[in-house]
Formats: sequence, structure tokens, C-alpha cells
Amino acid sequence: MSAISVSQLCKSYGGRQAVRELSFEVQKGETFALLGPNGAGKTTTIEILEGYRKPDSGTIRVLGLNPQTQGAELKRRTGLVLQTTALEPELTIRETITAFARLYRAPRDISSVLIDVNLAHLQDNRVGNLSGGQKRRLEIALGIVGDPELVFLDEPTTGLDPEARRKIWTLIQRLNNNGCTIVLSSHYMDEVQALASHMAIMVDGHIAAEGRPRDLQRQYCTHATIRFDADARLPDSFPADLAPNTTFRDGHAELVMEDPVPALNALTGWARDTGYDLSSISVTRQGLEDIYLQLVSQRQDKPQGDTP
Amino acid sequence: MMLVQEAIHQLRLFTRRPAAVFFVVAMPLVLLIVLTQLFGNEKIQGLGLNTAQFYTPALAVFGVVMACFTYLAVSTATARDLGILKRVRGTPMPPWVYICARIMAVSVIAFASLVLVIATGALAFGVEIIWERTPAAAVVAIIGALCFASLGMMVTALFRSSETVQAASSAAIMPLAFVSDIFVRPNAETSEWVPFIGNMFPLRHFSIAFQRAFDYAYEGSGFALPDAEGIVYSILPHIGIMALWGIGAALVAARFFQWEARAI
Repeated sequence: MSAISVSQLCKSYGGRQAVRELSFEVQKGETFALLGPNGAGKTTTIEILEGYRKPDSGTIRVLGLNPQTQGAELKRRTGLVLQTTALEPELTIRETITAFARLYRAPRDISSVLIDVNLAHLQDNRVGNLSGGQKRRLEIALGIVGDPELVFLDEPTTGLDPEARRKIWTLIQRLNNNGCTIVLSSHYMDEVQALASHMAIMVDGHIAAEGRPRDLQRQYCTHATIRFDADARLPDSFPADLAPNTTFRDGHAELVMEDPVPALNALTGWARDTGYDLSSISVTRQGLEDIYLQLVSQRQDKPQGDTP
Repeated sequence: MMLVQEAIHQLRLFTRRPAAVFFVVAMPLVLLIVLTQLFGNEKIQGLGLNTAQFYTPALAVFGVVMACFTYLAVSTATARDLGILKRVRGTPMPPWVYICARIMAVSVIAFASLVLVIATGALAFGVEIIWERTPAAAVVAIIGALCFASLGMMVTALFRSSETVQAASSAAIMPLAFVSDIFVRPNAETSEWVPFIGNMFPLRHFSIAFQRAFDYAYEGSGFALPDAEGIVYSILPHIGIMALWGIGAALVAARFFQWEARAI
């Protein structure tokens, strides 16, 4: 059964289409990531699912509920971490969590939440004195203290240092292992690859690519690149069938192809026979990061037409 | 239950903000001491009152207004700027519970400030409390607190940032306090338009209805209808006007209140 189902969702602000004809499903128990640059419509989408914003059109069901008309029930069963940190600096960590816990019918034990987010040792510190990563972990604690079935995390690690990001990743993984469905938005492909079982790349309010990370990798990352140090002129002995596919750039020769094995075989045979120095050879396959950057730059380089 | 817990939570937050405690609780007290020393605690010309007997209830009212109007408006707008109101909307707490809890919290602070000012007036400056009028004075204080809380929420609804809310609430209250018998009492030389302007707004009704509970020139316990000569102490017209302002402001606030700092 799906935890979230979105169909033909549209939302515009003052003539600008923030989200257009968006459709996707999130299955129960999975970690679903919306990946995209700033202004892609990730936060708009998440805030519509949370019930903060009213869609212009489209059908949305979150845990089987309509966020606009069944918001009260939805808020009892979901937890959220908003894009911007919003905490009372004068309270201590424990007081902050306690204040949120009493708003839910069956909250989790506060001490165990403190341990989960790794803040137990700081529980009596004032929120105003915490680091960015600690504040974000506290907000995750507020998101999970109501023991929700579904948690929304809107850019949980943006602006944090690598170590703080890792800690939050571990926390999200543990949360998902406990059966909680997670909807995450992020700028970072590495984060999505580390956490998400399903992802959608959003560009200009639209899903440009969607699927399991491994499937996307297989679908999009079809070509490998062979690279070795070479001058723009290769010896005449260079294998004739490879020559048309070889390009030169910054002192490298590059060959791009789906299956690099026959070319590698030809190249190494040629090098052994002629004594050509091929010790710098490398084979790389495009990663999802490259695909993501390509999708983003293709969309954004398009001539300005439909978005003012 | 959730309402009371949230109100206690808001009170705890208030006690953690020393600047807020000073402005709301200590400032009326400081003004009482300074003004009484400045003018000497003697009979005010043309009135049957000495300085402290006039200023004690006036500044008690001022304290209630500082808490229920200024502090409520500015702290709510600040919480909105910080995104805290938005976050609260994402929890199961009904919005009305949150707003009512904030109003309950500032009302508790207002009454603490009021009791402190009156106790200081009575113990340090010999202010006489007319006990039979305390029920009427309490009714005035409660209606006044609710009226100004409602006005405070209206200001927060009409202005978008805490800076503008701060400016608007000060700009409204300070000039009004001068024409509402709080900082100065009109005398024979005051132009007639001063009380005329004052009477159009709720603050003067709050201050004179409360002050007359401490004024021997008036008669009765406060719940009688006003008489033609104006010697009967009657709170009824004043609380009526405050109630009208309060209801009007609550309607405007409910119509225009925003939970997020900026609309996208």
C-alpha cells in the first residue's frame, strides 16, 4: 500500500508555476527522496503534502488522507522537519522535546528520543548555544517524538559540515529501519544515494527522472570513458578502428563507449606490441552525480519560455 | 488541559527573557517610583487625590497594556519571524489553543504586574484601596486585558515583521497614554479635545474606569448605572466600549492573521 500518492499536482505563485503536473507514489516503509536544485519545487511539494499549502489542482493522498480537509488527523500521524530551523533559544533541549511530546496522543519516551538523536549528554543545554548540526538533530527529535508513521525531512543537512551530515544520515537510516516511511528533499546526490530507496530528480517543478538509484544508474549511466595521457598526434600504428572515436583534451586521449572491454583489449595489445607508454590508462563510468548535473543544466540552459 | 500546559510553557519562556520581564513587570513600577518622587506625594491641584493615589492605578493599567498589548504583539510577531508559529501549525495542537495559551500567559503576567504596582503604592506611598470597589476593578482589569490582547493580535495580523509590529504598537500606545489619563491628568488648562480624542479609544476607558475605583470623589461600588451629575462610579459604559473594541479587533485579527512571516 502506498503511503503517499500524488497525481497531476499543480501549484503556481503569482503566475510562476512552482510545480506542474507532478505525479508520484511513495510506498510504505521506504525512504523517498526529492532531489533538485533551489527553486525546483521540492519545498512547495513537501509543504503541500504536509498541509501547509493548498494545491491549485491535482489529487493528493497522504496516509490515505487529504491534507487540506483531514489535516488534524494527518498531523497526529506525521512528523516534520521544515527547511528552516525554528526553535526557541531560551529553552533547554529536554524542555523543547517535552513541550512537543505533550501535543501527541501517544508520544515516545523522551529519554529514548534523546538517545536516538545523540543529544542525551546535552539535554540540559539551552538551544541557543547549540551548533547547527545539533539544532537540526533536535528538530529531527521533534519530528519523531510523536511516534509518526511518516516523517518529512526538508533539506535536513543543508549548510552542515560533513561530520554533522553523516550523523544525521545514520539517524535517518535507523529511523527507516524501524519501519517509518521517510520523505526527504536534498541538493546532494551522495545523500540521496546513501539514504533513499526511491528517488525523483526535480527540475523546474517537474520530475526529470525517477526510480530506484540502481535502476537510474543502469538506465542513464550507459557509457564508460577510457582515458590515457597522449599528445594530439598518435603514432600511425594506433588501431585504425579506434581512431575515429578518439578525442584529445588537455594532454589526454578519451574514448567513450558502452562496452569498453574490446577497446581495452585492442589498446593494451597495441601498447605491448609498439612499446607505447599506456601506464596512465583509466576507465570510468558516469555516476548519478553526472547525470543529475546534466539533467539540471539541460533544463536550466533551455531558452526562457514557460517560466517567467 | 493542553491549553493550560501550553500557557505554562509560554510563561516559562517569558521568565527566560530578562528584557521582557523588565519592560513589562518592572517598568510600571519604576515609573511609579520616579513620578511620585518627581512630583512629590502631595494632593494634585483640583483633584481630591495625591500623586500616588492617581499614578498607582494609572500605571497598573499601563502594565496590563504593556503585557497584553505590546508584549503579546511583539513576541507573537517575533515567534512568527523565527518560523515557530509555522512549526506549531505542523503539530496536532489546534491553532486556537496556541493563541489562547499565549493570551492566558500574558494575562497572568499582566496581573502579576498590576498586583505588584498596587501593593507598592499601598505599602510605600500610602495609597488607599477601596475594598468594596475591588470586584468592579477586577472586572475592568479582565475586560481591559482581553480587549488589549485582542488589539495586540490585530496589530500582529496587520503588520508582517516583528520590527513593524514593534513600531506600530509603540506608535499607538505612547501618544494614546498621554491623552488617556495615564502619564498626565488633564487639568483646568487642558484643551477639551484631549479627553475627546482619548474617549474615542479604549485606553482612556480602561484607565479612568480603573482609577475611579481608587477615587473618593466618586460613590458606589461601580456596578450601578451612571448618573447625570457624574458622581456615581460606574464601570458599565467603559467596559462596554472596551468590549466593542475587543470584539472588533478579534474579528480583524481572525480575518488577517498569518502563521508565516512572508507569503511566497
